[in-house]
Amino acid sequence: MTDTRTDLQIDEELMTPRTMAGYMPIGDTPIVPKRSIAGRALVAVVAIMTFLASLTTGAVMLVRSSAVEWQSDVAREVTIQVRPVDGKNLDAEVERAVELARAASGVGEVRAYSKEESARLLEPWLGSGLSFEELPVPRMIVVKLPSGGVDLAPLKKALAEKVAGASLDDHRAWIDRMRTMAQTTIAGGIGLLILMLVATVLSVIFATRGAMATNRPIVEVLHFIGAKSGFIAGQFQRHFLMLGLEGGVIGGGLAMLLFGVAGIVSGWGVGTASGEQVATLFGSFALGWGGYLAIVAQIILVAVVTAIASRRTVNRTLETVE
Amino acid sequence: MVRFENVGLRYGLGPEVLRDLNFAIEPRSFQFLTGPSGAGKTSLLRLLFLSLRPTRGLLTVFNHDTSTLSKDSLATLRRRIGIVFQDFRLLDHMTTYENVALPFRVMGKDEASYRNEVVELLHWVGLGDRMGALPPVLSGGEKQRAAIARAVIARPQLLLADEPTGNVDPNLGQRLLRLFIELNKSGTTVLIATHDISLMDQYDCRRLVLHEGRLHAYD
Repeated sequence: MTDTRTDLQIDEELMTPRTMAGYMPIGDTPIVPKRSIAGRALVAVVAIMTFLASLTTGAVMLVRSSAVEWQSDVAREVTIQVRPVDGKNLDAEVERAVELARAASGVGEVRAYSKEESARLLEPWLGSGLSFEELPVPRMIVVKLPSGGVDLAPLKKALAEKVAGASLDDHRAWIDRMRTMAQTTIAGGIGLLILMLVATVLSVIFATRGAMATNRPIVEVLHFIGAKSGFIAGQFQRHFLMLGLEGGVIGGGLAMLLFGVAGIVSGWGVGTASGEQVATLFGSFALGWGGYLAIVAQIILVAVVTAIASRRTVNRTLETVE
Repeated sequence: MVRFENVGLRYGLGPEVLRDLNFAIEPRSFQFLTGPSGAGKTSLLRLLFLSLRPTRGLLTVFNHDTSTLSKDSLATLRRRIGIVFQDFRLLDHMTTYENVALPFRVMGKDEASYRNEVVELLHWVGLGDRMGALPPVLSGGEKQRAAIARAVIARPQLLLADEPTGNVDPNLGQRLLRLFIELNKSGTTVLIATHDISLMDQYDCRRLVLHEGRLHAYD
């Protein structure tokens, strides 16, 4: 063994305390680095997928509420048709039908179309300027049903017995077709939404695994210095939950903003022909609280998926290290 | 402190890389572990720092049979072992101070409780003015000293070093050896895995020589 005194001289630099020039170390750097290229890429993937999933959710909810609205609009209205019958005064029959309708339970506003209005209904087919005096044009009575679900059988029976040439059309066939179309649209939308959510979850899982691959050395070091699996997984889970939330808030937030702006813009079109057409088809573009809540739930789901995926990756990494 | 009894190790269904190991590491002892490349040094080190379990035989560390311990118990036991890697394994986004203090953070200690200790150790290994530096700007020797400081900060009873002088010049290698000797004198059991015969020649101590998976001890 060499002379200790000489060794100590050699080790002068090694062992001599030095002053720190005013520097006070602070040990608050996160164990998992906050900013990395992989982390930023993950945020971008999460943001894009959340945005697309939120758009899908919003669109499906808009279509669903519009379909339900169309359906209920039609269901809230029935029509009584009074055909001219020889030897009967059509106006008196119409008047009687109106009275019977008003007397029926669950009925709101009852409005009989005048002769002119009835004629106007035929204009698209027969053209204007014709005299309808000679034609047996039936008269229409529109009956509003504020609550829907009204039993119309008594009214139907009364009309058949007391009003000549009257028939009640409760739009059953039209409602059935509308219901089928609405249900198909909603089912298609939900299917699309499920696919979108699955795609989002899978992309987030793979992106998280990719981002985690760059952190493998950190997992190994923590493991070797005696960190328990729960501690290591907790560090990554927290970090990736925040990354997932960041991406989710960006993507989901943009989608919410888009729906908000679309709602405002569609509001400007109210009163114009095209605006009314769009409103009829898609409603007011207002997503409603339910829609916004669904997007918020998606943001949370994506963040939780990111965190769980990171935890599972840590556990898998630890299994390969051990 | 550590006892191997008929220990064998194989990876999967492959051949045994370590065979019939029978030896003990006594408290406060100092030894070199050497042998040609592929002899199983890294595998033996991994057994020693509880990163692997033997496929046969009995390995007791600090009087615990490692085959019966849970993962969390192994992690707790690992805190009594310090490891210095050949490639340092410092976390590049953390300062030298934070890297050295990492074992305390893992234990859940409050920073105020260990700050002075870390600062003192960093001075002792000559990194007093490099505490705020990130590993990428440290020299090879500085990184090695930081790695050693991290390994010994929690006062481990057993210190394992894998080729600690492999990346430094002979002069620094000699100084690092002095550091290990000082740590051993203060009560830490030391095992250094190395190829460096000149390093081993500088200090007269026990040598564990691995050859084709078998171990020969020269006291």
